Amino acid sequence: MTKRVILGVWLAFVLLPILWMVSMSLRTNESILGGFELFPHAPTLANYATIFGDASWRDGYINSTIYVLANTVLSVAVALPAAYAFSRWRFLGDKHLFFWLLTNRMSPPAVFLLPFVQLYQNIGLFDTHWAVALAHTLFNVPLAVWILEGFMSGIPREIDETAAIDGWPFPRFFAFVFLPLIKSGVGVTAFFCFMFSWVELLLARTLTSVHAKPIAATMTRTVSAAGMDWGTLAAAGVLTLVPGVVVIYFVRNYIAKGFALGRV
Amino acid sequence: MSVPRTRNDRAWLFVLPVVLLVAFNALIPLMTVVNYSVQDILTGNPVFVGAEWFRKVLRDPELHGALRRQILFSGSVLGLELPLGLILALCIPRTGRGQTLALIVLAMPLLIPWNVVGTIWQIFARGDIGLLGAGVNALGLDYNYTARAFDAWITVVVMDVWHWTPLVALLCFAGLRAIPDAYYQAAAIDGAGVWAVFRHVQLPRLRGVLTIAVLLRFMDSFMIYTEPFVLTGGGPGNSTTFLSQFLARIAVGQFDLGHAAAFSLIYFLVVLLFSWLFYTTMTLEDAQERA
Repeated sequence: MTKRVILGVWLAFVLLPILWMVSMSLRTNESILGGFELFPHAPTLANYATIFGDASWRDGYINSTIYVLANTVLSVAVALPAAYAFSRWRFLGDKHLFFWLLTNRMSPPAVFLLPFVQLYQNIGLFDTHWAVALAHTLFNVPLAVWILEGFMSGIPREIDETAAIDGWPFPRFFAFVFLPLIKSGVGVTAFFCFMFSWVELLLARTLTSVHAKPIAATMTRTVSAAGMDWGTLAAAGVLTLVPGVVVIYFVRNYIAKGFALGRV
Repeated sequence: MSVPRTRNDRAWLFVLPVVLLVAFNALIPLMTVVNYSVQDILTGNPVFVGAEWFRKVLRDPELHGALRRQILFSGSVLGLELPLGLILALCIPRTGRGQTLALIVLAMPLLIPWNVVGTIWQIFARGDIGLLGAGVNALGLDYNYTARAFDAWITVVVMDVWHWTPLVALLCFAGLRAIPDAYYQAAAIDGAGVWAVFRHVQLPRLRGVLTIAVLLRFMDSFMIYTEPFVLTGGGPGNSTTFLSQFLARIAVGQFDLGHAAAFSLIYFLVVLLFSWLFYTTMTLEDAQERA
């Protein structure tokens, strides 16, 4: 009972600013700045019409979705074996390497902007979805390795040995015995990779010019000489929520699956 | 952890893709920066100033202020978000529709781009036209985050707690779900109460997840830029100017590049030092177990 109350209060707190955002997205700028309204007195879909009427907004959503998904798959795929190695074996430089990975999250992206553009121009990937997907691995791969390592270390090493003695080839053991044990970790890792790539605007905007332009690029257009376009920005915020909600809906089963030991 | 990690240098094969990918993105741009700095020195007219910039930065009273605010801010959000996230994770139902709903709503703040978060809160917290501001004023409290430093400070902290507690909660929830049922069954046989289960079963198994949560929240809060920049612009006065905003002001506003370069180096080292301290203290017990 107490649990439900705590959770309920928190969810209400989470929802208030989000409902406020929805309400803002249904109002004109004059109305937003004009006075306090709990619910819009004269709701309008004009802000959404602006977004859907402009091809660059739509393309932005599609582009973002493509590079974010590519980044998520790539990050989790390379992080899985690495996290396994870090959690199971000692090897030359393991501790330093593990910590070095995380230091890449500490460098402010602004420092890297110009060299990044030159690097991706030189290898001919500038303005492609791959450029952004690859660039975002800089902060997502270390994150994925760290989270997955945490979950893998929670699995007793006896399981690996028992499986080896039972004659499981390693790849089959990894895919069919080991991975299901850390399902919740893989789920939460994938979601976080998606999330951090989805909200990263600076690199995504800088590495693209026409073909792979993300939503971020169009979002900055809401700041114009005439001042902020609050309503359109709020509407864009509402729309950016949608893909993430879809992802968490599908990933939730992985996050929430518990496991029973001893099925080796 | 009864079986120790075995030594295996072929593990490098498992790690290689990650190392190549991250090194590609981290080291090549870094080399470019170094390269350019050399070229600049060759074409320009350099004057070697040695540790001058560092001395200037370290003695700057404005920097001391920004550093103090930064540490206080990171301390506050860590102190609030970790316990809250842990409690929330324990409150999420283990099955059913309630769980789906809770996970979806919980994750929502994470999915909004950071500049939009700041923008929404900017209006949301306004006393005259915003829900939060009007609500707090209606309670009889005099609240105005654009004019009073303390209110601005509270607003930035509350916004960050709103924004990032879900990250801790989701990590902890996934961590809790990864605890095998056998542990709970054993605890039940021993007649352990809720608190004993938390203290001796759940908390120890969550240590890895909590380490990650602490490091992530520390690094991200220590480098926070977009949200306070959009929400308060660092004001009123300097009350919500944190380190990265201070750095941006020196580099872009005053175009004081030598100063800014020295600053970013010190900044990076401070983050590195703190993270290393967190990491080693939180994995200390682990290492002792292994030894």
